[in-house]
Amino acid sequence: MARIVVVTSGKGGVGKTTTSAAFGAGLALKGYRTVVVDFDIGLRNLDLIMGCERRVVYDFINVIHGEAKLNQALIKTKQLDNLYILPASQTRDKDSLTEEGVMLVLEELKKSFDYIICDSPAGIERGAHFAMYFADEAIIVTNPEVSSVRDSDRILGILASKSMRAERNMDPVQEHLLIARYSPKRVIDGDMLKFDDVQELLDVPFLGAIPESDSVLLASNRGVPVILDNKTDAAEAYMDAVSRFLGEEVPHRFLQHHRKGFFGRLFGS
Amino acid sequence: MRLIDYFRSSKRNSAVQAKERLQVIIAHGRSERNGPDYFPRMKQDLLAVIKKYTHAETDDIKVTLEKEGNYEILELNVTIPPE
Repeated sequence: MARIVVVTSGKGGVGKTTTSAAFGAGLALKGYRTVVVDFDIGLRNLDLIMGCERRVVYDFINVIHGEAKLNQALIKTKQLDNLYILPASQTRDKDSLTEEGVMLVLEELKKSFDYIICDSPAGIERGAHFAMYFADEAIIVTNPEVSSVRDSDRILGILASKSMRAERNMDPVQEHLLIARYSPKRVIDGDMLKFDDVQELLDVPFLGAIPESDSVLLASNRGVPVILDNKTDAAEAYMDAVSRFLGEEVPHRFLQHHRKGFFGRLFGS
Repeated sequence: MRLIDYFRSSKRNSAVQAKERLQVIIAHGRSERNGPDYFPRMKQDLLAVIKKYTHAETDDIKVTLEKEGNYEILELNVTIPPE
């Protein structure tokens, strides 16, 4: 049975698209047929992050309007045979998204994919609403910073009251907390919220923390999901998070700061 | 106590402040979220009435709705400043 997973945060710039691309690729690496759908109508970026921008012919809105078949709009990624994206439209206004249209596209995707990742735009308007409305599970991407945490809490409130599962009194959307741009050193210095404080504030099961890393920028420059960039901390942290998402027990590896050298020994714990 | 903790305790840790502020704002948001739909509007109306007759500012007025068993208790707490 296909699962619909929304990647959301409320606040912009916290790492939703990076996380959508990473989770899409991670689930595909685990052998699941996966599609990542860009709900950011008017400001599409997922195609660029995943290196498919030159192959976009038709988009999500074309499919909703019946101007293209779904399989004409789906783009297979170069890196993985079982990973596809459905790009957002760049020109139409966001009112083009309709509940019925989104539902029909998702129903059709469910026939051929195991996981449908919905990359939500920032904010709480139409695109964000439809990205989360049909979700079975939600990955809440949060930065350890006050405005991001507060916005995540608002999004949790919306998931609990405005999603289809909430409206129809079904089992609630399964929530997962992913902390991005985490810096264990700044936590030790007392300048950054600790992961368990964020988890306690939001009260959502913790999937993992992605360390602040140069490799995220480098991967987006190249148009390769960061998780495929082997051996970097960010890639391994994402892969661990994907494994936990699938129910595997994986120890957390990137939550502590390791001091080195003379000062490390002098002041070390 | 580690040497570094000694220096650190001299200035207040900003992450602790962030957590405390978030605890307050998130608890506030959740109490409103779980209340009835009319609650935010009713609260606005109550504030307007109280402000009309007293010098109380928004900060002096606390309106909360709590659930106890089968009852919901509306608590209105106003600190009226001197004239």
